[in-house]
Amino acid sequence: MKHPDKKVLLEMFSTMTKIRLFESELQKFFAAGKIPGFVHLYLGEEAVATGACAALKQTDMITSTHRGHGHCLAKGGDLKLMMAEIYGRSTGYCKGKGGSMHIADFNIGILGANGIVGGGGPLAVGAAFSCQYKDTRGVCACFFGDGASNQGTTQESLNMASAWKLPVIFINENNGYGISCPQSKSMAITDIADRAAGYDMPGVVIDGNDVLAVYEAVTMAVERARKGQGPSLIECKTYRWRGHFEGDACVYRSEKELEEWKAKDPIPRFAKKLVETGTATQTELDGITASVAAEIEAAVKFAEDSPFPKPEDLLEDVYA
Amino acid sequence: MAIKTYLQALNDAMRQEMERDENVFIIGEDVGKFGGCFGVTQGLFDQFGERRVRDTPITESAIVGAAAGAAAAGLRPVAELMFVDFIGVAFDQLFNQAAKMHYMFGGKAKVPMVLRMPQGAGVGAAAQHSQSLEAWFMHIPGIKVCIPSTPADAKGLLISAIRDDNPVVFLEHKILYGVEGEVGDEATPIELGKGEIKCEGTDVTIVATSLMVHSALQAAETLAAQGISAEVVDPRCLVPLDKDIILNSVKKTHALVVAHEAVKTAGAGAEIAAMVAEEALDYLDAPIVRVGAPYCPVPFSPPLEKAYIPGADQIVAAVKSLR
Ligand SMILES: Cc1ncc(C[n+]2csc(CCOP(=O)(O)OP(=O)(O)O)c2C)c(N)n1
Repeated sequence: MKHPDKKVLLEMFSTMTKIRLFESELQKFFAAGKIPGFVHLYLGEEAVATGACAALKQTDMITSTHRGHGHCLAKGGDLKLMMAEIYGRSTGYCKGKGGSMHIADFNIGILGANGIVGGGGPLAVGAAFSCQYKDTRGVCACFFGDGASNQGTTQESLNMASAWKLPVIFINENNGYGISCPQSKSMAITDIADRAAGYDMPGVVIDGNDVLAVYEAVTMAVERARKGQGPSLIECKTYRWRGHFEGDACVYRSEKELEEWKAKDPIPRFAKKLVETGTATQTELDGITASVAAEIEAAVKFAEDSPFPKPEDLLEDVYA
Repeated sequence: MAIKTYLQALNDAMRQEMERDENVFIIGEDVGKFGGCFGVTQGLFDQFGERRVRDTPITESAIVGAAAGAAAAGLRPVAELMFVDFIGVAFDQLFNQAAKMHYMFGGKAKVPMVLRMPQGAGVGAAAQHSQSLEAWFMHIPGIKVCIPSTPADAKGLLISAIRDDNPVVFLEHKILYGVEGEVGDEATPIELGKGEIKCEGTDVTIVATSLMVHSALQAAETLAAQGISAEVVDPRCLVPLDKDIILNSVKKTHALVVAHEAVKTAGAGAEIAAMVAEEALDYLDAPIVRVGAPYCPVPFSPPLEKAYIPGADQIVAAVKSLR
């Protein structure tokens, strides 16, 4: 495998920072009552989406989850359009009809965040089938949680993708919890990747807080998939910093556990590596962070200055 | 009597039934310490422990199917899905398994389970978390369907649902969880299939369900100020449906408006309207009018969601269109 060059590495740093700052802003705006509905933050898990999407081409596809902002941004989603959508404005990605849980951009392969846990698996299988059918050599990455791995839809998707040798990269984001339910109560196994054996596909466990580990594992799975050798299952061990959704009091887990994971923050860890290997200077990284912050500020302004949809728009887009 | 919320009333019903009957247990995602997605099972885990308040993996099929199996084997499960919208994942277990067992097995099996599911729009939860799906359940013989609008009804109906020997789909409106009302301390069941007149009137019958009962009552006030006396009828259950209370009201008022939050097309209102047309057409002085949501998914953005949900204004307009 070819080692990622500096451009790719800095791109990854920028993406992780973008997700971090975007969501930190959202956290504030949600608390201030500016955002309706549910918001599920991805804070702490940035390395997974970032490493995975860096291994994909723009023409490749992803399916996402209710915790989808990170996937969307990593795949190249537009900050302004995302922010406006989450604010419910008519200028948003989905004209305000979707909100946080239903952002899509088919032009860059984002087949949609999803409000149904386990909903993405079958969609990814279908998308990958279209690649095989049209012989595009494209792939589809399917992000799903540890909780979602227990849905029948997920098992059915693993099976079908393997039986048909479809180019799906199943990326399990194991943050240890499905809402309040710890993994130990929802399954008897420790590694979800073990399930790959039952479907005769490679299954690997990696450190989901190490963006390069994610990048490497997904790159290998993508190469396999492009060669027509079928799907892979990659389990990324990670942790979500916030509650399941904003407003969750998190009674089901300890402060200590959170602190332990915060110490493994994927962003400073990657920054340190970049500096230590002489790939970038701290000044360069600070510059990236500052420009990302400015972009986000502009996105917030765009969202807040945008109009709400008009009631007359209600029946638009029901049928194509 | 005490003033309680709809949510507390539901919680009361489960607690009292669990205290009364060892066979009653709760099963669902995050129903334990977390207390349920909307807090309806709060405190039950602390009181009854893990044996009787069971957190499951995220597996709606297994929740509904396991409830059906446990019920067939003699227990009385109260299963919760976080949102009615997730029933699609588990539909086979409900409509081909739970709903069919009694009939298919020649009356030998009983499936005394309750499936509680919040529905409805109004919290910015968008298309996959806001639907009103009661019509789907009405269409399947073998299950009963409760759709309470007040705290007292929620409690009384849930008690009956738990004691009933059939699968009961229990549809709660998430906006109603915080609504307060008088609730008796006793565990007094309300017979499934008995509607209630929420407000008496003589000029027009408004049959409404769930959140729309409250809109209908508001509409009735507005109409009263304009000299029109509306009777608001809440069937409370859609299966069995209290036809008598609806027909008797129509026979008195000679006019009918049916209001629900679900999309109007093929909604529960269509069934009620057709039933009245079949059985009491001669009593009607005007065509039946239905009020329901427009034929589109529930949108996210607040102004669009507001435009989606039918309210008192539409009911008032519907009544006025009769004259
Ligand atoms: C079919 C379905 N069941 C339940 C839910 C409610 N729900 C939303 S997110 C979630 C937990 C998902 O856990 P996991 O897959 O591990 O993802 P994470 O939230 O940890 O990222 C649940 C139960 C849902 N949205 N869809």
